[in-house]
Amino acid sequence: MGRLRQISKRVAQAIPVVVGVVIISFVLTRALPGDPAVYFAGATADEKSIAEVRANLGLDKPLPTQFLYYVRDLATGDLGRSLSTGQPVTEDLARRLPASLELTLCALLLSCLVAIPLGVLAATRPNSWVDHLCRVLVTTGVSMPTFFTGILLIYVFYYLLGLAPSPLGRLDFIYIDPPSVTGFFLIDSILAGDWETFLGALKQLVLPAVTLALFTLAPIARMTRAAMLSALSSDFIRTARAAGLTWRTILFGYALRNAMLPVITTLGMVFSFTLGANVLVEKVFAWPGIGSYAVEALVASDYAAVQGFVLAMALLFVALNLVIDILYTLIDPRIGFAD
Amino acid sequence: MSNILSRRSLLKAGAGAGVTASMLPFLRAIPASAAGNDVLVAVTGYTVNSLDIHRTGTNRPSYQIAVNCYDRLVSFGIKETEEGLSYDYETINPDIAESWTVSEDGKVYTFKIRQDAVFSDGRPVTSKDVKWSFDRAVTVGGFPTSQMAAGGFKRPDQFEAPDDYTFVITLDEASKLALPDLAVPIPMIMNSELAKEHATADDPWALEYTHKNTIGSGPFTVARWDQGQQLVYQRNDKWTSGPLPEIQRLIMREVPSPATRRALIERGDVQISFDIPNKDAAELDANPDVDVFSNPIENAIYVVGLNYAFEPFQDSNVRKAVAFAIPYEEIFQTAAYGRGKPLWGGKAGVTSTEWPQPSPYYTDLDVAKDFLAQSGYKDGFEVPLSIDIDQTSWMEPTALLVAENLGKLGIKVTINKIPGANWRTASLVEKRLPMHLETFGGWLNYPDYYFYWCYLDGHLFNSSNYKSEVIEELVPVTLPLPVDDPAWAPNVKKMIETAFEDIPRIPLFQPAVNVATHGAEGYVYWFHRQLEGKTLKKS
Repeated sequence: MGRLRQISKRVAQAIPVVVGVVIISFVLTRALPGDPAVYFAGATADEKSIAEVRANLGLDKPLPTQFLYYVRDLATGDLGRSLSTGQPVTEDLARRLPASLELTLCALLLSCLVAIPLGVLAATRPNSWVDHLCRVLVTTGVSMPTFFTGILLIYVFYYLLGLAPSPLGRLDFIYIDPPSVTGFFLIDSILAGDWETFLGALKQLVLPAVTLALFTLAPIARMTRAAMLSALSSDFIRTARAAGLTWRTILFGYALRNAMLPVITTLGMVFSFTLGANVLVEKVFAWPGIGSYAVEALVASDYAAVQGFVLAMALLFVALNLVIDILYTLIDPRIGFAD
Repeated sequence: MSNILSRRSLLKAGAGAGVTASMLPFLRAIPASAAGNDVLVAVTGYTVNSLDIHRTGTNRPSYQIAVNCYDRLVSFGIKETEEGLSYDYETINPDIAESWTVSEDGKVYTFKIRQDAVFSDGRPVTSKDVKWSFDRAVTVGGFPTSQMAAGGFKRPDQFEAPDDYTFVITLDEASKLALPDLAVPIPMIMNSELAKEHATADDPWALEYTHKNTIGSGPFTVARWDQGQQLVYQRNDKWTSGPLPEIQRLIMREVPSPATRRALIERGDVQISFDIPNKDAAELDANPDVDVFSNPIENAIYVVGLNYAFEPFQDSNVRKAVAFAIPYEEIFQTAAYGRGKPLWGGKAGVTSTEWPQPSPYYTDLDVAKDFLAQSGYKDGFEVPLSIDIDQTSWMEPTALLVAENLGKLGIKVTINKIPGANWRTASLVEKRLPMHLETFGGWLNYPDYYFYWCYLDGHLFNSSNYKSEVIEELVPVTLPLPVDDPAWAPNVKKMIETAFEDIPRIPLFQPAVNVATHGAEGYVYWFHRQLEGKTLKKS
């Protein structure tokens, strides 16, 4: 019960943040120097047609009035319509956010599966070949820009070897999207019991996920290694060894568990910047994600889309922070919500 | 949304109506190679944002729906050129109209509508639909309305439908632009009955409905549109305005990265890569499996604009000095990879009305220095050269090369990059960029039409604030004249001469639109620079 109340308190604390985000995103988009009316009036627009477009978009009204309209629409769950995609922003986000989340989560899962064991191994055998391998892998992963890794992987696995499917986004054109439940194609296709589409979606996912995983490998592996090193050299491990516990119990039962806290923190950070920063991967693999959506909206001064994106991201991060806090308490009972 | 296929309706259709496999939009899992001879896949880097060209905010790539899913009264013919097939501006063919007559004074056009033409839902096309569609185009405002105005179509009262198969247009004054302006994407004919069913008090022209549905009589309908991912055209078997397309389906996939598009076309997993970068076009030429078409875009020129609002450029010697200092050949090779047509080093004296035609300027720094020495700025000056971030692929190398050569004259050039959303405001609306790169391409392929937009004082693409008495006087009288009028050719030559002498816009080259095909044929270059599916087939 206590925990539930704490959680709702944390959610309540997020409300001023969200209100702030709404105001700031509105003001900032209006402060952008671009003029969407001119941009969208077309090639041969004259003053008159630009004015018509401006009136159509409601941009001829004073800013406070525009803000009131925006808040009123927001209250009914209407984020407005994106000019550059021509769709309601809520629809765009509902389609693109799952695409980005699916890619990012798969990449992070892959990354963790490699980075955490690698970090643990490197920490238990400092300066051995595993440690050096870890260092080399991590350095290469982080020093190669993602679009380069992406194009390289496409060149080798698609163009030269023909192993990977055509890099055409989430599904090749011969498949139909699975009926949307979660928006995650892998999950939706399982729910629909359609294994062919599942395999199709999985195949499309492999290369972009590996690209992103290579990039996110470094912080996770390095953090695991460092946290493990400090955990292994601490007093309670020495005591556990002296008490004659098995190496396995010590390593996974005590050291790793204690080392997980900083790793989870890093994971949260990596997740948030990957979600926003995988624009280049999205472009290379024609992935219809949220990053490229936001960048294109920004370039075109597409107010509704930019505001919707910022708001969605703010909500997502509030949720993410909450999840991480809960994870802390699961891993380390000493940490509670109570202050 | 009834036109958008869902998996459910599809399976139902497949089970119930006994359609053949080739008619099924998608099989659940078949390899691409087995997709059959009637499906073509094309990739582009652009995104479609509406199915209706009349809507506010519809972007350029979306014009393809207007040409693939709708018919017009008339259409342009197709001709063979050195670069493959191209539309033919000289030939205007019947489309929905079977014939037309023009009154003696050239003001009244009477069209006879074909009686066998039907919309994709089976309803016959009548002149009432034409009237409704034209009224819509001149009323909705924005780009459609200004494009209609270019042909002299300004008000609904100019259009009449005396009976179901006769349509009459009355112009305020005769103009050679009227008929070709009926063949551009804007005056498309929509199913007015269907549209009216979806019209509301707030939206009398049903723009919301046509934004997501196609209601035309054209060779294709949009079977599926996943914004940001793909657009699927399905052949309209009821199409009557031409021979039925050989392909059942054309799938347009959006792939933003040019490198990925190149891998796809080289592997042959897609048959068409539309609008590829010049660099890829130059390199793909070497691949024997891939055909590359590079058609110079008609009536389009990449120029360096010298703004008269900036004092040094009011001096004609300074403008000529700049025009002689530009390294044309290097720019053409670096920025365009030799794709398109050079527009420099022409003969002195204008002898033809061909447009674009090479200017008499060429690269000669000594001549440039002489001109600068005669000007009031012999010690040079400083000037920002502005470019659009959205068009850096050609603008950036061009700007760097121009800056380098002008530096040799003592003109210190700094490069100023402007984000896409501001570019039009700064360059065209406010016209405040002292020196800039600019491009205009006219759909109506007449030199006087180009001059109308780019050289008349205050007109949108006259980003140089140029004003010449000769041009102010000539353009308005020449624009409506038919090209066989005895005054037309001399007037046009005089305009070109004046533009080259005053040189407010320095022509660099005529850009090309590049398309690569691998296993497809029948590609036709169109002035609207969109992919038309009706002529395409697998090879």
